[in-house]
Amino acid sequence: MRIMVNQVAKEVPDNSTIDDVLVMIDAQPPFAVAINYEFVPKTRHAEEVLHEGDEMEVISPVTGG
Amino acid sequence: MTAPLPNLSNTADPLVLYGETFASRLLLGTSRYPSPQVLENAVKQSNPGMITVSLRRQGTSTTEAHSGFWDLLKKMAVPVLPNTAGCHSPKEVIATAQMAREVFETNWIKLELIGDDYTLQPDTLRLVSTAETLIKDGFKVLPYCTEDLILCQALVDVGCQAVMPWAAPIGTGQGPLNPYALKLLRDRLKVPLLVDAGLGLPSHACSVMEWGFDGVLLNTAVALADDPVAMAKAFAMSVDAGRTAHLSGAMKAQQSAQASTPLVGTPFWHQS
Repeated sequence: MRIMVNQVAKEVPDNSTIDDVLVMIDAQPPFAVAINYEFVPKTRHAEEVLHEGDEMEVISPVTGG
Repeated sequence: MTAPLPNLSNTADPLVLYGETFASRLLLGTSRYPSPQVLENAVKQSNPGMITVSLRRQGTSTTEAHSGFWDLLKKMAVPVLPNTAGCHSPKEVIATAQMAREVFETNWIKLELIGDDYTLQPDTLRLVSTAETLIKDGFKVLPYCTEDLILCQALVDVGCQAVMPWAAPIGTGQGPLNPYALKLLRDRLKVPLLVDAGLGLPSHACSVMEWGFDGVLLNTAVALADDPVAMAKAFAMSVDAGRTAHLSGAMKAQQSAQASTPLVGTPFWHQS
């Protein structure tokens, strides 16, 4: 199935979890995740299954004003 | 010889927000410095009460350039204030705040909800309800807002225990553009008020502190100075000076000259 990860299209196996995709993109901690504008706490990354067309955001700390 | 003045900001007169005490009335941004080393030195020189941080998509050039930022944050050991910079909708703000809470392990959030990309003016029509949602979710919200009295009062009414009106648009360094409204705010609202955005000079910070503001939050004025480390120190000193002046009770301005040297016994003086 096709999902968007940080606005980049990705083909991932059906029933992939957030953790599966994080491994696939080699996400480097610390990070946090949102699916379709909804924050998903890390305690749910292993169980939350993605669906066709989902938009996943993986964000990390940067400088800010 | 006079004894050195006590550092009022971290002893007898600390900044207190949401019941928490901070070491300084200066809050400092961490963006746009020439290098991480300069940022670290600026923080050391100014000893800010909090430093602001943000979140961006992993894998972008922005996050790659800041890959050592996380380690630097831990090294500096200053309380962090995550922001929601760049968010244009309440939905974006709330998701970003919740992600920031998990990453930075803090309930503090600098609420930025941008309504206009040219001026970076906050979306004042949706700011209040967004602040209320965040407060109900357990956040300690410091809202970046305009100097509008009704807006600021509404933010207080929904539970904001401090408010951060701008002095001028972000990054302009123009200083307080509407002193009347800022002074009015200070007079009318009893919660802590911090001026956030638009300050360019230490004298700007000193002025608003003299008016009774409780602190300032700034970034660009330090980061883009020729010598950011020295400028950070200058701002810290100006914040302390302004606060001390505020507590000292300024004289009232007079319309006519009044000699400060005693007139009695003036040599060569004759009554006309």
